[in-house]
Amino acid sequence: METKKIKMPFGIKGERIEEVEREVPLSEPDAWPVNESLKQVGKSVKRLDAVAKVTGSAKYTSDIQLPGMLIGKMLNSDRPSATILSMDTSAAESLAGVYGIHIMKNEEKGEFPIIRYAGQPIAAVAALTEDIAEEAVDLIKVNYQEKPFVVDMELAMKPEAPIVYDAPVEQKASEGGEEIEEGLKVIGNVRGPNVGQPRGEIEKGFEAADVVLEHTYKTQVQTHNSLESHGMVVDWRFDGVTIYASTQGTQGVRDEFAELFDLPKSKVRVIVEFMGGGFGAKHGLGTHGQAAGYLAKKTGRPVKVMASRKEEQTSQGNRPNSIQRLKIGVKKNGDLTAIEQEAYGTAGVGLGAGVGGVAQSLYSCPNFQTRQYDVFTHAGPGAAWRAPGAVQGIFGLEQMMDELAESIDMDPLKLRDKADPSRVRKAARKMGAERFDWSRRKPKASDNGPIKRGIGMAQSSWWRVYNYNATVEVKLLRDGALEVRSGVQDIGTGTKTILAQVVAEEFGLNTEDINVRIGDTLFPDAPGSGGSQVTASITPAARNAAFQVKLKLFEKVADMLEVKASTLTMEDGKIYSTEDTAKSMSFLDAVAKLPVSQIVATESRSAEYDGDYLHWDLGSAQFAELSVDTETGFIKVDKIVAAHSCGRPINPLQVESQINGGIIQGTSYALYEDRILDRNTGHMVNHSLDTYKTTYGVDIPDIDIVLMEGYNAKSSTDAYGIGEPANIATAAAIANAVYNAIGVRIREIPITPDKVLKALNKV
Amino acid sequence: MEDNHKKNKSGISRRAFIRGAGLTTAGTLAIQTGVMAGTSEADKATKELGPNAVNISMNVNGRVYKLNVEPRATLAKALREELQLTGTKVVCDRGSCSACTVWLDNTPVNACMTFAMDVGEKKVTTIEGLAKNGELHPIQEAFIEHDASQCGFCTPGMIMSTASLINQNPNPSIDDVKHATRGNYCRCGTYPHVFQATLAAAKKI
Ligand code: FES
Ligand code: FES
Repeated sequence: METKKIKMPFGIKGERIEEVEREVPLSEPDAWPVNESLKQVGKSVKRLDAVAKVTGSAKYTSDIQLPGMLIGKMLNSDRPSATILSMDTSAAESLAGVYGIHIMKNEEKGEFPIIRYAGQPIAAVAALTEDIAEEAVDLIKVNYQEKPFVVDMELAMKPEAPIVYDAPVEQKASEGGEEIEEGLKVIGNVRGPNVGQPRGEIEKGFEAADVVLEHTYKTQVQTHNSLESHGMVVDWRFDGVTIYASTQGTQGVRDEFAELFDLPKSKVRVIVEFMGGGFGAKHGLGTHGQAAGYLAKKTGRPVKVMASRKEEQTSQGNRPNSIQRLKIGVKKNGDLTAIEQEAYGTAGVGLGAGVGGVAQSLYSCPNFQTRQYDVFTHAGPGAAWRAPGAVQGIFGLEQMMDELAESIDMDPLKLRDKADPSRVRKAARKMGAERFDWSRRKPKASDNGPIKRGIGMAQSSWWRVYNYNATVEVKLLRDGALEVRSGVQDIGTGTKTILAQVVAEEFGLNTEDINVRIGDTLFPDAPGSGGSQVTASITPAARNAAFQVKLKLFEKVADMLEVKASTLTMEDGKIYSTEDTAKSMSFLDAVAKLPVSQIVATESRSAEYDGDYLHWDLGSAQFAELSVDTETGFIKVDKIVAAHSCGRPINPLQVESQINGGIIQGTSYALYEDRILDRNTGHMVNHSLDTYKTTYGVDIPDIDIVLMEGYNAKSSTDAYGIGEPANIATAAAIANAVYNAIGVRIREIPITPDKVLKALNKV
Repeated sequence: MEDNHKKNKSGISRRAFIRGAGLTTAGTLAIQTGVMAGTSEADKATKELGPNAVNISMNVNGRVYKLNVEPRATLAKALREELQLTGTKVVCDRGSCSACTVWLDNTPVNACMTFAMDVGEKKVTTIEGLAKNGELHPIQEAFIEHDASQCGFCTPGMIMSTASLINQNPNPSIDDVKHATRGNYCRCGTYPHVFQATLAAAKKI
C-alpha cells in the first residue's frame, strides 16, 4: 500500500494538544485540524431526520402496512420446562381469516420445540387482523409433559438442580455483545470458567499487599424495554425477499435470513429507516423475524410479526445478573498487587453472562486472575445490553476501589490516579472533579438528621472498537447533489446526521445539502450498532469516499482551469487553485460540466493509523450526589456530573443526548429495575411497563456533562462511539455515594428502600 | 395434559377482556355511553353494537372521516390502522407510557385507553395535525433545536403532552413540565432535552 506522512492533532482539549506524525494510506485525506477550525464537524447541527420524528411522519417497522399484509401473533409456552407431546392446531386453522400457522423449530430439529422457559415461542399464526391472529393463538391446544425447572441462579448451581441443557451448548455472540468463549466445560447448569487473560502470580501478589479485601457484589437481571418491540415484516416475492426490520444490524438480519432459508444474500434485502430502540437486544433475525419469514413463505403474502410487550420482556433479551466475588490487594501507597475475581451470572437459556474485562484491564496490577461462569436457568435468553459485562463488572470493581481507598486512608480519586494508567481517564477525573467540586466530599455519614447526603464517583472503561467491514459509497450528481449510501443503520444515535456532517466538511458544503440513505442492505455493508463501533468504523469510510469523489472532480476541474489537480481546494461552494486563486469556478458550474452524470467512490474503514487495535481508555468518570432518607429508605439522586471522551466529537449535542441516556438508564439500574421470576411458576411477575419500575422524567437527576474533545490520531475522522461508556459507571458511582451518605455499604442493586433500611438495621 | 389457556391472568389484554365480556353477553357488546357518533338519538337508546364493525364519523385533525370500526377498537388502533396516521405510537397498550397521547378537544388522553366509539363529537388532534399550514408548532421546533429525540418512538407522545402544556400555560416551571410528562416513558433518556426544549418553546410563544 502506498502511504504518505501527515501531521495530526493529538491530545485533549483543555490539557495539551500537540502535533504527531502518522504514516497513512495515500488514498486518504490529510488530517482535519481540531474541531474549532471546522465548519460542520464538531458542531451541533440538527438531525437530518428530526422533522420526520417530530411530525409523526417517521415510519418505523411497526408502522409498515403493505397491501395484502397479514399479521402474525405468537403462541408462547406458559410452562417453564416441558416436552410438547402433541399440538392441535385444527381449530385455529379453521378460524375465518387465518392463513397460516408455523411451529417454531428446535435446535435438535424435532417436531416441536423443547420448552426451557415460560414465554418461549412455540408457534405463530398469520391472520387478516391482529385480533383474529390472537383468537387463533388461543385456539391452539398444546399437550405438555411438564418437567422440573429452576429459575433462581443460586439454586440452579446446586448439583441436584433440574438441568436446563443435557447436551453441550454453543451459541454465537451477538455483535458488540459479551464475548462468548467456545468449548468451555459444563457441569450441571454451570458452564466455565472463562479465565480471560491471567497474568502474574496471584498468591505472591496478595503476600506483597498491605491490605487485602474480599467482598461479594450482586447485580440483578435488567430488561431492555425498547419502546418499539422486536419484529419484522417479511415480503417474499418470486425475485427475492424484502424485510422491514426493527433491527440494529441490517447485515446480520440479511445473513441469518439467507442462511435459514438457503437463499443467496443478494436475494434478501433488509430495510430499517427508523427504529424505536434496541440497546443491544436487536441484533439478528430473532424469533419474530423467523416466524414472519416462515409465514410469508407459507402464505405467499407479506407478514408482520411484532412482539407484544410481555414477549418483549420475557423472550426478547435481558442483561444477565451477576454474583461477583472480588479479592484485591493494595499497598499503602496505592499500588494494586493482585486482583482475583470469580463471577457467576445467568442469561437464562443463553450464554454470555460474564462480567467483562474491566477488572483485567482498567487498573495496572501485575497479578490478575478471573474465573467467570455462565449458569443456565429456565428463563428467557440474555442479550447484549449497552456495555454488556462491563456494567456488571464495574459495579463490583469501582466499589471495591473505594473500599480499598478507605482501607489505606486515601482519597478515592488519588487511588485511581495511582492505579489507572490511562491519560484519558486521568483528564476525565480532573475535569469532572473540578466541575463537580469533589473537595466538598465529607466523611461518611456526617449529616445530622434523617436525610443524609452523600457523594461518590466511579469510572468506566471500554474498548475503542472499530470494524473493517464498514463501507460507504458517496455519489455526486451533475446538479451538485451529494448522496451518501451505506447499509449502516441509525439506532437513534444520529448516525445519519454525522455521516452528512463528515461529507459536508470534506466538500465545504452544509450538512443539509447532503442526502443520506442508510439502513438498507442494497447499499454497501456496514457493522451493526453494537459495541459503540459505528461512529469509529463508518465515519472514516465516509470521509475517505468523499475525498476520492472530490479528487475525481478536481481532475476534471484541473483540465478546465488548466492548473494541477493537486493545487485545487474547495470551500464554501467554490473550487480554486491555492497557487493562483484567480483560477476558480463554482462547484455547481464544475459539476454541470462533467462529461459523466455522476462520480461515485466507495471506501471501507482502514486500519488504525498507529496500528494499535485495542485500547481501553474510551474512558469516563462520573460523579454522583444524592440524598438518602434514612426513615423511608428512599434515595434521590440529585446530580450526576459526567466527564466523557469519545475522541473527536462529531455532533456534541447528539453525544450529550446519548450520555444523558446512559446515565438515566444507569440510575434506573442502580435504584429501580429488577426482573422478578416467580420461583414456583417460572413466570415473570412484572412484565408490564407499570410493574417493571424504570425511570420516568420525574425520577431523573440533574445531569451535567463535561464533553471532552480528544485527539488520538488514529483515523481520518478520529471519532469514536459513546453508547456503551455512558452507561457503565453510573450504578457504581451511586452506590459509592450511598455509602458516603449513610456509612454502610450496600453491595447489591437495585438499592431499593428495603435494602437501605436493612443496611441501617431498621427492619 | 391439555392446555389451551395461554394468557396468564395478569397478562390478559383489555381487548381480550372486552372480547370475553362480549361473548358472555350473547356475542354482542352493548355500548351505553351515549356518545356514539353517527348514530341517531333513538339508536343510542336501543341499539346493541358489535361484535361486527359499525359506522362512525370522527373529526381528526380538522377533517371528518367516516370510519368502520369494531366496538372493541381503541382510538389508537383506529388512527393507526384505519386512517394510517401512524405517528401515534402504541407501546404498552394499557395506559402506562403515554406514547399514544392525542388530544380530545385539546385535552391529552391515552389513545390506547379510549375506544374509538367513545370519541363522539370531540375533536381529535394527533401529532400529524399539530403543525399548521406547514408551520411547525413551537414545541416541534424546540425539540429539533434541543435534540429532544433519539430513537424518536416516544417523541410524538412527548410532543403532544408538552405542546398541550405550553398551549395552556405559556409560562411553565420545570416542575410543570415534569408534571405534564410524568406519564411519558422514554427509554433512550431524552428527558433532560425534552425539559429544556419545552421551557425554551414556552418562552417563544
Ligand atoms: S400505548 Fe397508550 S399509554 Fe402506552
Ligand atoms: S427517544 Fe427513544 S424512547 Fe424516547
